[in-house]
Amino acid sequence: MTEGRLVGSYIVPVHPHTVLVPEQNEGWQRLRDAFDDAAKRIKDADADLLVIYSTTWPSIIGHQIQADPNPEWVMVDHDFHDLGSIPYSFNIDADFAEAWNAANEKRGLKSRTINYTGFPIDVGSVVALKLLNPDNAIPAVIVSSNVYANRAETTVLAKSCLDVIKATGRKAVAVTAMSLSNRMFTAPIEPKDDKIHSLKDDEWNRKILEFLGEGRLEDVGQLSRTIHKQIRVQKVVAFKPMWWLSGMNGNRNNLTGDVLAYEAIHGAGGAVVHLDPTASGAGDKEYDEDDVEFFAGERNVLDAEDHVDSDNSAPLPDEKTSSGPALWEPTTQKGSVNSEAAPKPVGMYPHARKVGDLLYLSGVGPRQPGTNAIPGGPINDEAGNPLDYDIKAQTRAVIDNITRILEEAGGSIADVLDVTSFLVDMDRDFAGYNEVWADTLGKVGPTRTTLAIRALPTPIAVEMKVIARAPTTE
Amino acid sequence: MTQGEIVAGCLAPHPPHLVYAENPPQNEPVAEGGWEQLRWGYERLRDSLKDVEYDAIVLLSPHWQTYVGTHFLGLPNFQSLSVDPVFPNLFRYHYDLNIDVDLTKRIHDKAAEAGLAVKMMENPDFRVDYGTITTGHMFNPSWDKPLVVISSNRSRDYYSVEVMQEMMIELGKVTREAIMESGKKVVVLASNSLSHRHFTTESAIPEDMSKEHITSHAMHLWDMRMIEYFKSGQAQRILNEMPEFTEQAIAESDGGGLSWLLSTLDTPTYPATLHGYGTIIGTGNAIVEWPERQHSGAVE
Repeated sequence: MTEGRLVGSYIVPVHPHTVLVPEQNEGWQRLRDAFDDAAKRIKDADADLLVIYSTTWPSIIGHQIQADPNPEWVMVDHDFHDLGSIPYSFNIDADFAEAWNAANEKRGLKSRTINYTGFPIDVGSVVALKLLNPDNAIPAVIVSSNVYANRAETTVLAKSCLDVIKATGRKAVAVTAMSLSNRMFTAPIEPKDDKIHSLKDDEWNRKILEFLGEGRLEDVGQLSRTIHKQIRVQKVVAFKPMWWLSGMNGNRNNLTGDVLAYEAIHGAGGAVVHLDPTASGAGDKEYDEDDVEFFAGERNVLDAEDHVDSDNSAPLPDEKTSSGPALWEPTTQKGSVNSEAAPKPVGMYPHARKVGDLLYLSGVGPRQPGTNAIPGGPINDEAGNPLDYDIKAQTRAVIDNITRILEEAGGSIADVLDVTSFLVDMDRDFAGYNEVWADTLGKVGPTRTTLAIRALPTPIAVEMKVIARAPTTE
Repeated sequence: MTQGEIVAGCLAPHPPHLVYAENPPQNEPVAEGGWEQLRWGYERLRDSLKDVEYDAIVLLSPHWQTYVGTHFLGLPNFQSLSVDPVFPNLFRYHYDLNIDVDLTKRIHDKAAEAGLAVKMMENPDFRVDYGTITTGHMFNPSWDKPLVVISSNRSRDYYSVEVMQEMMIELGKVTREAIMESGKKVVVLASNSLSHRHFTTESAIPEDMSKEHITSHAMHLWDMRMIEYFKSGQAQRILNEMPEFTEQAIAESDGGGLSWLLSTLDTPTYPATLHGYGTIIGTGNAIVEWPERQHSGAVE
């Protein structure tokens, strides 16, 4: 099966005007036309899954994922009930919902699926699915926005979703149902009088859309807290859909963006934006916070901007810093190659060394640069008691670290020629390790030797020793 | 026409856990009990009013959140299934409630005259929020009194606690005037918790009371401070400290219910009766009654 991937992302407004009364205001009609355009693009992309992250579905106990295969009801908006009712009957991919829920738990997130007759699907999700998927041809999944979730938690939520998309070979489209500025007029207005609530909100919206039009999604994600303070009603839900969407896109800044429409809906900023994963050629940017793979932090609604997510920069119970040897700065000699994006050595040696046409890498484990966390969890605790761990996650992390070192040298994973792998529990782990190998290095084709050993210096289950072709230098 | 009367004002919180724990026939999930301290508090409140005649219940729910003014349920009857979007595992309630449209319209019109942005909700497909259902059930399980249901205008989110409170105090005044002019005897209910910081996890058995406690000591101190003001008749002091309380206790008073209630009761100086206090997934909840009928000065 081909690995699944994201084939597009969309940002869409939440209010019901575009479904019920687009004809009452030229701007609402332009948004509706943009929705129709987006629906056509999704169809043309041959997408087979819509993933909706909705800001109008708040949750408290972790994230909730809709898993009723066919939810049906009539939705009436709490504010705009006089515009009419929206009957709905949606095609939900319950299997994907369950798999995402399991993937969330695997990555340390609190999560649950929802399958109850009459569950009130929120207005943002209803509007998005009604207009982006009018004939229900594409199965969908909807996730809530946790009011207490910080950036790390929201990013991990995206990663777990990608885990399932990749594993199930889906061609997915990610959708955030959200306003830009969300300050509405606080009294009824005539449709013809609609405009963005204030000039300041309009200016911020246009700046956000300038970034998105250039495909700079991660930049918007990094500004999320500032945007929330400037143009958002001060609720805890914040501007976090940009964290999720950027996470879904690998925290990239070089997407191909297209703003299809930007208009006011009762004063709030509504936009339909298409972000294509095709690289735009613009420069990319590093993710600006610890790239958390597993969530084990306490959600903290009282996060202040100056210490947000500090709980995730510290070692976490499930991804504890090794209690083993001290970490060293990689050494520098002639031909050595060292990467800031690779974990620090546990002794006095470089990450790699170039000799002639070959690059010799030191043994590479799964530890994460910066946090020293171990994806999949350590194999034992500090007292030496064995723990359950995920060999596949560890193996993937090893190969990611190898890739980073090779890229630092100017090469790529395709340059790998020979690998010696070390497993601390051959019986338990060989199958999982072999499966990840087949999906990754197996496709490159290096020679391989796999050895069982008693222990490694840190509580990890797998390490690889690599010889690669050295990039040609002019 | 006889002058109307507010027979009682109550702080009557709405966590759906209370209905879940009661196992009423309208609710689909089944519990093994739980949160007894609060449920006994509701029993004491009901006992306190069982011999008191009244015509209608006026209720403000923080879970009908409106951003474009204050809204009122404006049809005579609503029947449907209410599923809590946050705790659907606990609350799936089949409701059938009647609205006192005449009294509703009086309050709506007076609020409009006072310059407040208001709207009647007359869409028959509208689903009544679970806060209204929970408080409605716990206060009057027989549902034999018509309701006036008022939305929670989120002016605090837009502006500040101070602005929210100005608007809610004005809404309280016109609510009181409309009740007096209606000639009806009425109970007014603010459906909100006190401190409102939730746990972010739920135990495998939601009603496992060994897991239930206040989220933090700071929240407890704020709740006790408010309760002391309730019991000592210091409503004005509550209003004065509302900004600090709302911010520091992340209190559900942000929805305006408590400010509206105290204003509707004309900022009472007599002691309220505390019928119960308890926590629900870490939030602080008090059931409090201001027995307005016992205070002659209350009727103008």
